[in-house]
Amino acid sequence: MMDGTKFDDALTGEQKIRNFNINFGPQHPAAHGVLRLVLELDGEIVERCDPHIGLLHRGTEKLMESRTYLQNLPYFDRLDYVAPMNQEHAWCLAIEKLTGVEVPRRASLIRVLYSEIGRILNHLLNVTTQAMDVGALTPPLWGFEEREKLMCFYERACGARLHAAYFRPGGVHQDLPPDLLDDIETWAKEFPRVLADIDGLLTENRIFKQRNADIGVVSEQEALDWGFSGVMVRGSGMAWDLRRAQPYECYDEFEFQIPVGKNGDCYDRYLVRMEEMRQSLLIIHQAIEKLRAPEGQGDVLARGKITPPSRGEMKTSMEALIHHFKLYTEGFHVPAGEVYAAVEAPKGEFGVYLVADGSNKPYRAKIRAPGFLHLQAMDHIASGHQLADVAAIIGTMDVVFGEIDR
Amino acid sequence: MSQALKELGGYVEAKRGDCVIGWEIAHGELNVDVALSNIAGLVEFLKTDQNCAFSSLVDITAVDYPERAKRYDVVYHLLSMYQNHRIRLRVAVRSDDMVPSITEVYPAANWFEREVFDMFGILFSGHPDLRRILTDYGFRGHPLRKDFPTTGYTEVRYDEVHKRVVYEPVSLVQEYRQFDFMSPWEGAEYILPGDEKKEGSA
Repeated sequence: MMDGTKFDDALTGEQKIRNFNINFGPQHPAAHGVLRLVLELDGEIVERCDPHIGLLHRGTEKLMESRTYLQNLPYFDRLDYVAPMNQEHAWCLAIEKLTGVEVPRRASLIRVLYSEIGRILNHLLNVTTQAMDVGALTPPLWGFEEREKLMCFYERACGARLHAAYFRPGGVHQDLPPDLLDDIETWAKEFPRVLADIDGLLTENRIFKQRNADIGVVSEQEALDWGFSGVMVRGSGMAWDLRRAQPYECYDEFEFQIPVGKNGDCYDRYLVRMEEMRQSLLIIHQAIEKLRAPEGQGDVLARGKITPPSRGEMKTSMEALIHHFKLYTEGFHVPAGEVYAAVEAPKGEFGVYLVADGSNKPYRAKIRAPGFLHLQAMDHIASGHQLADVAAIIGTMDVVFGEIDR
Repeated sequence: MSQALKELGGYVEAKRGDCVIGWEIAHGELNVDVALSNIAGLVEFLKTDQNCAFSSLVDITAVDYPERAKRYDVVYHLLSMYQNHRIRLRVAVRSDDMVPSITEVYPAANWFEREVFDMFGILFSGHPDLRRILTDYGFRGHPLRKDFPTTGYTEVRYDEVHKRVVYEPVSLVQEYRQFDFMSPWEGAEYILPGDEKKEGSA
């Protein structure tokens, strides 16, 4: 018996073994200085885990209530800054649902293309930094190199590497130049080799497996009870993907598989993420093909009240100039009502609950971040694990505090 | 989709008529207004009933309507991964009402209810650990209430003398900019310059 009760010499207060409270971290690169994790340890076993969040709280929802719909869009880049455009997508979908705007086909395809680029951006960061959390240093360097290339595609589409503000209500801001499509295609052809390299480095790696297999097991029932979404449910064997179950944009015309895990542990979730990147590549190839087809040509904005007139028109027509001025000062008015729009963001279901009162500003916008629920279950999942496993569990949950703290 | 939601709405009303005040379908989504005292029971029913099977809680939030007698709407979003449908429950709450917690039914409600308490000051009865969650340690007020200023009341800075972070009342060098976008013909309750002698304006 090592619990300190059987020894006669352990009777003085000093020698009694007691639980130990520590502040964990910062461990995960996405959580530097923004997660305070209070752990109660019994030896090396985690007894209780209390995440203190809110250190990155910027009051996004409050700020949004005093800004116009268009001014609110860039806030979404700053939520999950690992895959910015996926967040904007939810906001645009909510507005389009309320105003009843049809997005032109080309814009829809571009959105799909960039959402999938966002998914790869996110999974690359997650998979490789998880490897770093458990002790490998090479994968992040390889992964970040590819992320850099992808962010160049972001930059070439919208002018910003990170804070894109590219998806707009009614479409996307600008059309893609043809050579950008070519370059994305070239990249998508080369990327499987890099993925295979990372795969070869991690998948059968003894240390990586020992640190991840059978750690943080989430059963189907647990995933439902704790409101998980995205990879966290797919790792537990449920083929739930909003792109397939409740198709938005034009995902219903794309062919892709939904990988699921068997055991619901960290290792399965890693495998699911790797496979999702390959599936995203398939979607990217299909999207490029569709964008090149004759049906994929045309305008990228649904011209009307909520989108600006084209530049050329603005220079020649007085009405267009007035419209442009009014749009960027007063903004557009959204009819009263409430909607919930969700997208399958790389981390899970990212949703926006929007209450509009008919003015040019949202009355209330609630951002539903997947990471919020995942981190909430930390106490449940990490209890009974070793201290060192906490790092692997934080890594696999894919938390980014921009979206959790809002 | 809409037809299935209509059936679902009718089904819920028929089964739990005592809880449902009214329901409607708007923008392809099912909204159900629920009486405050029955929310926990209804949520449990929605989770366990085979036809509803709302397996996971998506979101809990609140909306503040200061001009109403029942000032807040607490809004629940549920999702069924088995039946593939969603539902939104709205509960109108007075500012001194306690909302029954649903953490017993969905453990995931824990942090959501903490957040609603933090942001709106709505209390949940039966919640295991109703602390603030997003705001600072020792924060006062409930930021998402409409009468809370966007700038807040206090600001922090590092004080070189005390060698620590100090809290001070907010001092703005410039008025916080709240633009009035309505044109003078529709909005504008203030007196326009040059309009002082108009009838009715003092």
